[in-house]
Amino acid sequence: MVHNVSKENNSWLLPEGIDEFLPPQAERLERLRRSLLDLYSSWGYEYVIPPMVEYLESLLVGTGTELELETFKLIDQKSGRLLGIHADMTPQVARIDAHRLNRNGPTRLCYLDAVLHTRQDGFSRGRCPLQVGAELYGHAGIESDVEVIHLMVETLRLAGLDEIHIDLGHVGIFRALACRASLTGSQEALLFNALQRKAKPEIETLLADLCNDADARTMLLALVDLNGGREVLEEARRVLSAAGDEVLNAVDKLQQIADFASQRMGDLSLHFDLAELRGYRYQTGVVFAAFVPGHGQEVARGGRYDDIGSVFGRARPATGFSSDLKTLMALSDTALSRPAAIIVYPCEEREQRVALQTFIAQLREAGERVVEFLPGQQVNESETGCDRKVVEINGQWQVVEI
Amino acid sequence: MSATITIALSKGRIFKETLPLLEHAGIIPLDDPTTSRKLILDTNLDDVKLVVIRASDVPTFVEYGAADMGVTGKDVLVEYGGDGLYEPLDLKIARCRMMVAGPKDGVVDESRMRIATKYVETAKRYFAAQGQQVEIIKLYGAMELAPIVGLADRIVDVVDTGNTLKANGLVAMDHIADVSSRLIVNKASMKMKHERVKCYVDLIAEAVASKG
Repeated sequence: MVHNVSKENNSWLLPEGIDEFLPPQAERLERLRRSLLDLYSSWGYEYVIPPMVEYLESLLVGTGTELELETFKLIDQKSGRLLGIHADMTPQVARIDAHRLNRNGPTRLCYLDAVLHTRQDGFSRGRCPLQVGAELYGHAGIESDVEVIHLMVETLRLAGLDEIHIDLGHVGIFRALACRASLTGSQEALLFNALQRKAKPEIETLLADLCNDADARTMLLALVDLNGGREVLEEARRVLSAAGDEVLNAVDKLQQIADFASQRMGDLSLHFDLAELRGYRYQTGVVFAAFVPGHGQEVARGGRYDDIGSVFGRARPATGFSSDLKTLMALSDTALSRPAAIIVYPCEEREQRVALQTFIAQLREAGERVVEFLPGQQVNESETGCDRKVVEINGQWQVVEI
Repeated sequence: MSATITIALSKGRIFKETLPLLEHAGIIPLDDPTTSRKLILDTNLDDVKLVVIRASDVPTFVEYGAADMGVTGKDVLVEYGGDGLYEPLDLKIARCRMMVAGPKDGVVDESRMRIATKYVETAKRYFAAQGQQVEIIKLYGAMELAPIVGLADRIVDVVDTGNTLKANGLVAMDHIADVSSRLIVNKASMKMKHERVKCYVDLIAEAVASKG
């Protein structure tokens, strides 16, 4: 009956890319959420909750047009100003560090909340991911990059993912080469776009048109093929030897991060890609992403973005990662081991009721799931998911198997 | 994504012209897609499979990792848009041209032309770059019919020999782009199955180069 009504009336339909979680998935998600926050806390990362909406201009300050297009907007009836619903919490957390906390030493922050995207993106095609991430501000060395990569790997492991592959790149390499080739902003954007697709034929044509410096041309084209195992770094030093210190330092930095990360985390599957420029607009150094078998896209990503605080009055070195809890849960095969419940039938005798309630409270405190049978309920014991019941034996309340 | 490498192809010309390139990489299909009803074709290699799907679905399969690699036309890729997959190699097969065509001596109101096409994004971008505001009419086939029946002033379509245009009293007017097929690769596969994927890309590149 209910089914027929809902067929004619579509009011139950959710907007595209918006999902809801039912039992037991919702509980799995919540368990994972709690355990991740506990993990970050045990690493010294402090939890922050940025607001869901902000004035659009402060939400987008220092970010690219991409984020602006991703952001839902609405008018604030009180001020008449435009508000945005956050689509990415990283800039908000950077503002909290630079402006609100204003500490001098390294600051570690983590966050976990729903964000909203105007466009469907990613494997799940969802528009409402649960963004989870951790950021480390105030330290510019590779140690903080490696710590963040390590925490990203631990996040994935905790979610039950294994065979994690880490992809490492460095935006400074392309940036320095583009600068040397004296490309204008729009030319750089064209080349960047082709490079993200490793569209070698297109890059060749573009470079022939845009760049007169033969050395820079060769080196920019070489980036397309600079991907693979550790041997890529050797190769990069060879083909980019004329590129100057900035590029070679970036390659060295990648080497150091790889060595240090392998020491810390043991056998880590590392892949290098010098043409991978995720978040190129605001990243300033190493960029990384995590991949797992069975998923055709990255499951987590991050990198260094040292300048982001400057728009809030204080440039601080920064590195961090973020991921989507819903994607992690979809890939995780850890089953929810829900403990079976205990059913309690109503007590007829008045004076016994108090004792029964005390007994129930004790059971719940001990971590049991206790369900009280409601008068008129027409479901048998097995359907309620209960495997034990409370009975009175010799004036004592006890739990027995059903 | 197991250790198997899945390659997505579309039936017809692309399949036929890709086969010699795959053969150079040591991959030979065991079934013939023109006679077999199977959508997943086995090859002489246990860990390489081919899937035969519609040309416009190839980028979707590859972007989301349902296939590790694929072959599709540049026309399809431009329509698909985005930067979600790698396209490292021009296979120089299934070549044709993306053209604007129209009736030989039709008089049109140039201020707001109606363009019939399957390639909406390509047409939009091309006319915007020409500084021309146009109305796009999305069709799925038989574009040549649109100007004849007065549905559109011009069409944007891929042209191979130009015979269909001629037979319907149309002439090619402007050349938008040269089209040929590309080898595309899933981003995660490029990273997690790097050695094998790169090896196939290199072998196929070799085959393309040897054909001249």
